[in-house]
Amino acid sequence: MRIRFFPILAHVLAIIAVAPLLWILISALKPAEDVFNFGWPSTWTLDNLQYVLLKIPMPRFMLNSAIVSVTVTVVALFFHSMAAYALARLRFPGRGIIFSGIMSTLLVSLPVILVPLFLVAKQLGLLDSYAGLIVPSIFHAFGIFLLRQYYLNIPRELEEAADLDGCGYWRRYWSVILPLSRPVLASLSVLFFLANWNAFLWPLTITRNPDLRVIQLGVSGMQGQYASAWNLILAAAVIAAIPTVVVFVAGQRRLVDAMKTTGLK
Amino acid sequence: MTRKRREALAAYAFLAPDTIGLLIFVAIPMVLAFGVAFFKVDGFGNYQYVGLANYKLMAGDDQLWASLKVTAIYVVTFVPIAFVVSFALAMLVRNHFKGIGWVRSAFFLPNVVSLVVVGLIWQFLLVDKRGALSKILAPFGLGDVSFLGTPSLALGTYVVISVWFLMGYQMLVFLAGLKDVPKELEDAAQIDGAGSWQRFRYVIWPLLRPTSFFVVVNSTIGAVTGLQAFDLVFVLTKGGPARATSTVVLYIYEQAFTFNNMGYAAALTTVVVAILVVCTGLMFGVTRGGRFDED
Repeated sequence: MRIRFFPILAHVLAIIAVAPLLWILISALKPAEDVFNFGWPSTWTLDNLQYVLLKIPMPRFMLNSAIVSVTVTVVALFFHSMAAYALARLRFPGRGIIFSGIMSTLLVSLPVILVPLFLVAKQLGLLDSYAGLIVPSIFHAFGIFLLRQYYLNIPRELEEAADLDGCGYWRRYWSVILPLSRPVLASLSVLFFLANWNAFLWPLTITRNPDLRVIQLGVSGMQGQYASAWNLILAAAVIAAIPTVVVFVAGQRRLVDAMKTTGLK
Repeated sequence: MTRKRREALAAYAFLAPDTIGLLIFVAIPMVLAFGVAFFKVDGFGNYQYVGLANYKLMAGDDQLWASLKVTAIYVVTFVPIAFVVSFALAMLVRNHFKGIGWVRSAFFLPNVVSLVVVGLIWQFLLVDKRGALSKILAPFGLGDVSFLGTPSLALGTYVVISVWFLMGYQMLVFLAGLKDVPKELEDAAQIDGAGSWQRFRYVIWPLLRPTSFFVVVNSTIGAVTGLQAFDLVFVLTKGGPARATSTVVLYIYEQAFTFNNMGYAAALTTVVVAILVVCTGLMFGVTRGGRFDED
């Protein structure tokens, strides 16, 4: 009895959990006058999506988001893996202090330092620029921590072979450690891409120029401009969500692996 | 150059980009907040030293106290509900059954879309009278309830939406913790005649303490200062109605960027940091760091 009941319950709850997302997808494909009608649309239409893509600079917003997310992800992974390699493998004075210093920044979230970070970014001339969107988003201890955990588990012998071949530290990192970290880098890239594609608060704070608007700003801006045109707002929301769902489905296993290691091991 | 020296130099070079970045974009802003708190900053960026004036202002700032109350209520409702829901989901999808992959993904999926999209989705579902939820509840006589428009209901609605958004993530954390509970221990307890409740209470629960501790700390910090405390309310209600969903971080943002009171906002930031430090300290004290044993 129990064996049958719980899996069925799980399936039912799973459907309830995704129902709001499916509902939005279906509603975005309804004609404007049908958007609040309950149930299946009488006619399916791509007009809403088309309007949002053509009449609102949605492609521009997506391009901005893509530029920012991809750049942050690539640069962050590179920097983080370098730092993690040093922390996991090299001996140097002050290692403990530097490590705990880096880790303590994990407690600080963006909303907490938003105001002073804005002042720093302003001093550095980062207001209203791609650099302003990208540079402050790169630095985060989370990736350093996960990569360090991973590097601690790579057998030392692999590196020692390279050492005997006369390779310097850079070569050891570049030709031994980095290729070995492909799986963990892949997991983290899924995570970083999602976080940056979904970022809202920092872009909202650092940019005013409409040409620099990222997708989340563009979508939330629809609220004010198209107050009751829900068919269009939902179409924009769907467009913003599609890349994240695609990345999730494609990188699901990797994402789950990365999540599971979060602060646990 | 000795080998030791070379190794150290290489290490510093490897660490430099991230360490400098974290210094400039995390550590310095953090310290700066405590400095700027003593200044009045106008819209043109002129700083004027005002001593403790920003802190004195807080005593009479009713909206601040309202926001602190909102955040407090949010924390004490969101954290336990999210804990129970995500733990229950983890137990539900712990053992294999047909379609388990899809079920786990389904619970996690809300966490993949952005909080902006989440906010818009629920705004649409909760549109007064015409929205899907009103139509579902109409047969029960609840079709006229305005979930986001009634001050007494808006905060609860925000809690429920946050739980929906975060339950999948916390479920994964619990699943990872459950993986470390040895099956043999549970089997042994079963052979000794322990029922499912007893196995849960005396085997799984104690072994899961570090995980539970991590989840509680993490979700408390998230509830006070996470993006869920800003993005979601910003899109969903803008802090309304009647400031019923105005979280502290939203209030700080408004002070800084709507009213241009950077100095005051910085002072508020330091207060939130102090609250967080105290909260985390308390949780460490009460749970003794989430250690395994009771002694």
